Amino acid sequence: MNRYFMKEEVTLMKGNEAIAHAAVRYGVDGYFGYPITPQSEVLETLEALMPWETTGMVVLQAESEIASINMVYGGASTGKAVMTSSSSPGISLMLEGMSYIAASELPALVVNVMRGGPGLGTIHPSQSDYFQATKGGGHGDYHFIVLAPSTVQEMADFVGLGFDLAFKYRTPALLLADGIVGQMMEKVVLPPQRPRRTAEEIRAMCPWAADGSPRGRRPNVVTSLELDSAVMEKNNERFQRTYRLIEENEVRFDERLTEDCDYLIFAFGSIARICLKAIEDARSEGVRIGLLRPITLWPFPYDRVKELSQKVKGILVVELNAGQMIEDVRLAVEGRVPVCHFGRMGGIVPNPGEILEAFNKSFK
Amino acid sequence: MNIEDIKRSENKVYSRPELLNDSPMHYCPGCSHGVVHKLVAEVIKEMGQEDNSIGIAPVGCAVFAYKYIDIDWIEAAHGRAPAVATGAKRLSPDRLVFTYQGDGDLAAIGTAETIHAANRGENIAIIFINNAIYGMTGGQMAPTTLEGQKTATTPYGRRVDLNGYPLKISDLLARLEGTCYVTRQTVHNPASVRKTKAAIRRAFENSLKGRGTSVVEVVSTCSSGWKMTPEKANEWMVENMVPFYPLGDLKNTAE
Repeated sequence: MNRYFMKEEVTLMKGNEAIAHAAVRYGVDGYFGYPITPQSEVLETLEALMPWETTGMVVLQAESEIASINMVYGGASTGKAVMTSSSSPGISLMLEGMSYIAASELPALVVNVMRGGPGLGTIHPSQSDYFQATKGGGHGDYHFIVLAPSTVQEMADFVGLGFDLAFKYRTPALLLADGIVGQMMEKVVLPPQRPRRTAEEIRAMCPWAADGSPRGRRPNVVTSLELDSAVMEKNNERFQRTYRLIEENEVRFDERLTEDCDYLIFAFGSIARICLKAIEDARSEGVRIGLLRPITLWPFPYDRVKELSQKVKGILVVELNAGQMIEDVRLAVEGRVPVCHFGRMGGIVPNPGEILEAFNKSFK
Repeated sequence: MNIEDIKRSENKVYSRPELLNDSPMHYCPGCSHGVVHKLVAEVIKEMGQEDNSIGIAPVGCAVFAYKYIDIDWIEAAHGRAPAVATGAKRLSPDRLVFTYQGDGDLAAIGTAETIHAANRGENIAIIFINNAIYGMTGGQMAPTTLEGQKTATTPYGRRVDLNGYPLKISDLLARLEGTCYVTRQTVHNPASVRKTKAAIRRAFENSLKGRGTSVVEVVSTCSSGWKMTPEKANEWMVENMVPFYPLGDLKNTAE
């Protein structure tokens, strides 16, 4: 077995499996996770790939999501590229640790393959963690960079993108998927193997890392604690400057059929693909709808929504929840045109016909 | 003989540990933390590990441990130090990785992390300060608070029918396959300080040699939390804590 020199590969697999393969091929240093449906294949695939035998990547099944995220915190504190994955209730358990990771300005990747809540809820797909993902979730003023994949290809691609952004800005990233894109099989192009960073590369890239070897520098301390309010306010101002920089430079979205559209459908993740089918059906009957699919949910594409709201007659926000992202759309639209919502909950995924019906009810 | 004759290097019998910096410690007079910090700093230096160590600080009175000992540190969330240490050690297996935790951190909120890290036999050392009280938050009941002991949340004394029993977590950890060394010590007099120092050194050596998890419980005083003078706290500890938490090695399979 010589997976360490893996070339680019075109294959068929589940979104969750693609995340595992992409992590090994990106040169991730460590994964810590706990089984939960519908994302357990991430951990299962990593255990089957045995990357500790090839790239040296650490894979460990922790005793809980709380332990997982704190193992990520410990590993990320040493400058390593470390990740975890879970699903909605598990992410709720991780939020304390996620706040610590953000407050300690650590690069790390968390994957949430969302299932329906609240509570123990259902194992079926949902997008009801939008607020939790984009508005902080845990305590304090912080953000994760939130990437929303809608294909298995994006599941693979966003592992690398997430880590690249996390290290660029020294802030954690969240891959916010849903049970559909986690479980469905699709063609995917896996990137060629990248080597893991060497100790010297980490040292150059992460001078802040508590890697255990000061060797001439002052000892590094990774902490989010600061009892002097004046200093703590300065720390917060530094976090906010980073967030403004990310908002200026990293907004990403996918736009379809918007050149001539009279209406806009706004959706993220897997449901955006079902919306595209609904839009095609509408266009065959002469109704010109366009699709705006945010790829980064935070930072949110407020400017593009604002621009488009000046040329359309109405916007339908379609989500697998009771209406969460619609609040950000409304902030951007500022009342210029009607913004309506269509959502299904509890793990129900609507078909294109239902979406069109909701559109017609909203705008005809 | 004048003072300058005495202050010659050949007469020097004790120095401040090199890794213990000049930051004024926030610990109360009589608190055991200061002594244990000193021992940790001494042992790391004596083992030549100052460029090879990662300490994991807890939430509790030792939350600022990283301000006093000049090595790399990671400040953990309350109770999560063994998980944080697991992450650091697994990704840097050659480093000396240790946690420094109090009784609330290790034996209440962090019980799951403590037991599972030890059960996996993580190659980490755990320094466990057991002073039977929550010092930082103002003297509330700890999992190790003795039956009848008065605290801010057991103002009439701990009642086992209401609050359960004091937890001998080191005894529990000693039964796990993953631990190689579990010992219970004190630092209330010079002889006990020397024994604790030797225990910390053994625990750190185990971590570096990959022998499994080592736990050094230090039965400690909290004169502020116990509302006693430091001297009285030492006496109370010997009379009340030590009979319930007997000293010595609970397990030593490393040698």
